[in-house]
Order: sequence, then structure tokens, then C-alpha cells
Amino acid sequence: MKCEELLKALNDYVDGHVDPAVCEEFESHLAGCNPCQVVVDNIRNTIELYRSGVPYEMPPEFHDRLRQRLKSKWTKVFGARKE
Amino acid sequence: MEPSTVDPDHELVVRAKSGDFSAFEQLVALYERRLFATVFRIVRNREDAEEVVQDTFVSAIEHLASFREEARFYTWLMRIGLNAAFKRLKQNDRNPRTVSTVADSGDSYADIPHPQFIAPWRDGPVASAERKELDELLGRALGELDEKYRIVFVLRDLEERSTAETAALLGMTETNVKVRLLRARLQLRERMTRALGDESRQLVQHHEHSPE
Ligand SMILES: [Zn+2]
Repeated sequence: MKCEELLKALNDYVDGHVDPAVCEEFESHLAGCNPCQVVVDNIRNTIELYRSGVPYEMPPEFHDRLRQRLKSKWTKVFGARKE
Repeated sequence: MEPSTVDPDHELVVRAKSGDFSAFEQLVALYERRLFATVFRIVRNREDAEEVVQDTFVSAIEHLASFREEARFYTWLMRIGLNAAFKRLKQNDRNPRTVSTVADSGDSYADIPHPQFIAPWRDGPVASAERKELDELLGRALGELDEKYRIVFVLRDLEERSTAETAALLGMTETNVKVRLLRARLQLRERMTRALGDESRQLVQHHEHSPE
């Protein structure tokens, strides 16, 4: 496996979706290629960083404020018709 | 959109388009939390996230009549939301820089750009950098991505959807999703590593192009 081939299989490897035969090839390349190893680590770190931080819950009171605002917007666009 | 991937929200969309606010409210209730969480990961503070979500639904009301259902409602909404979120980021950015446009021919593995700056990250970049700075960096890097790569990254890596789900949402093949995700991840890697990489341990990829 060359570096370029590794690049193409990168996502499946990072996501753990690579079939065992390819995975072995991938890992033996990594063992002998420091730059590729670092690229894989960088990508993992990047994804981790984006996922870090508490998944933010929408504040419950926002729902009501939003609904009010949308109701008035709706009336402007569609008129105050009754269904 | 292919007939096999009919939008589950189709009925509600039709009713909303005819002026039924309660149908639109149901769509809001279905997606407000998910949209908020995704937008929050981009703008990274509560006030901005609330405003962006509100702007998104307001804009959806304004453009509902022209929504042709070529994409699923949620995908359409998400695109509006992402645009609003990145517009907000730009407004907040006191030192806006010119965004380099990356030429690309799209969705093939043939011309995937090679990693340029390769270095392990400095120890504990997350711990040492101010969280606020880090958030700005993350948001800005995402904002610099081409929209078609960004939406794939957001769905796959932030919303943690499968390749198949993402393909269905965007109405594209799984192969295209994979190629775009690869481009997105590589570009973000490049950006983050330039900011957080340890220059003294920079590496060079020797065998980029094998001569034979
Ligand atoms: Zn290599």
C-alpha cells in the first residue's frame, strides 16, 4: 500500500469500517510510515475536537419565544386565515 | 429526489404551504432541537444559536412557497440554517480574512489534495488554548470549507449520521458522500494542524508521487 492509497482508505479506517484484510495492510503501512501515522492522528484529533464540548440542549423557554415570533411572521406572510 | 426517498415530512409541508400554521409548528417542533444543537456547534454560544435558529425558521416561512421539495424539508432547512450560522460567524469576526477558494473538480478520489503540513499536535492543545479561541478556530475552519463539503461534514461528523443516511438526506450517492467527507476532513485537518501542530516536529511525506 502506498501513501496515496492509504489516503483513500483513510475515512473507513478512522471510522472502523475497513475490512480486516485491508486493515492489516493499512496498519503495516502506518507502522513504517510516520507521516501517514501523524495524518491519521491529526484527523482523529480534529473530529474529536469538533465533537467536544457539551452537546447543547435547546433552552426550554426558547421554544415559546420562537413560536411567538414565528406566529407573527406567519400572519404577515400568509395572512390571518383560519384552517 | 428519487421516488424511493420520499420526504417523510411531505404531508406537513403541503399543509404548511397552503397556509396551515399548525402544520408548520409541527415541523418546527420536529427539528428545532436538532437544528439548535448543530447550529450551536458552529456558532458556539447560546445567544447566537438562538438567533440563528430563529432566523432560519423565519427565512423558511418567507421561502416556503418556493420550496420545490427537490430536497427533503430537513435538508432544505439545514442549508438555510448553515448559511445563517456562517453569516453570523462572519459578522462576529473582527478580523475577517479573505477565504481562499479551493479549486476542485468535485467528487472523485483522483485528485484528493495531499496533506501539506504534517506534524503532531502540541501537547494538550485543548487544555492550553483558551476554549473561546479554540471555538473560534473551529468555527472559522468550518466556515472556510466549501458548502458542499461542509454539509457532509456536519451531517456525518457532527450529527453523527451514517453514510447511507447522509446520502439519502442529500440525494447523492454514498460514494460521493465518502469523497466529500474525505475532502472535508483533510481540509479541516490541514487547518487545525497549522494552528495546533508542533512545528519543531514537522514531517515530510517522502513518497508522495512514486516515479515508477
Ligand atoms: Zn505513508
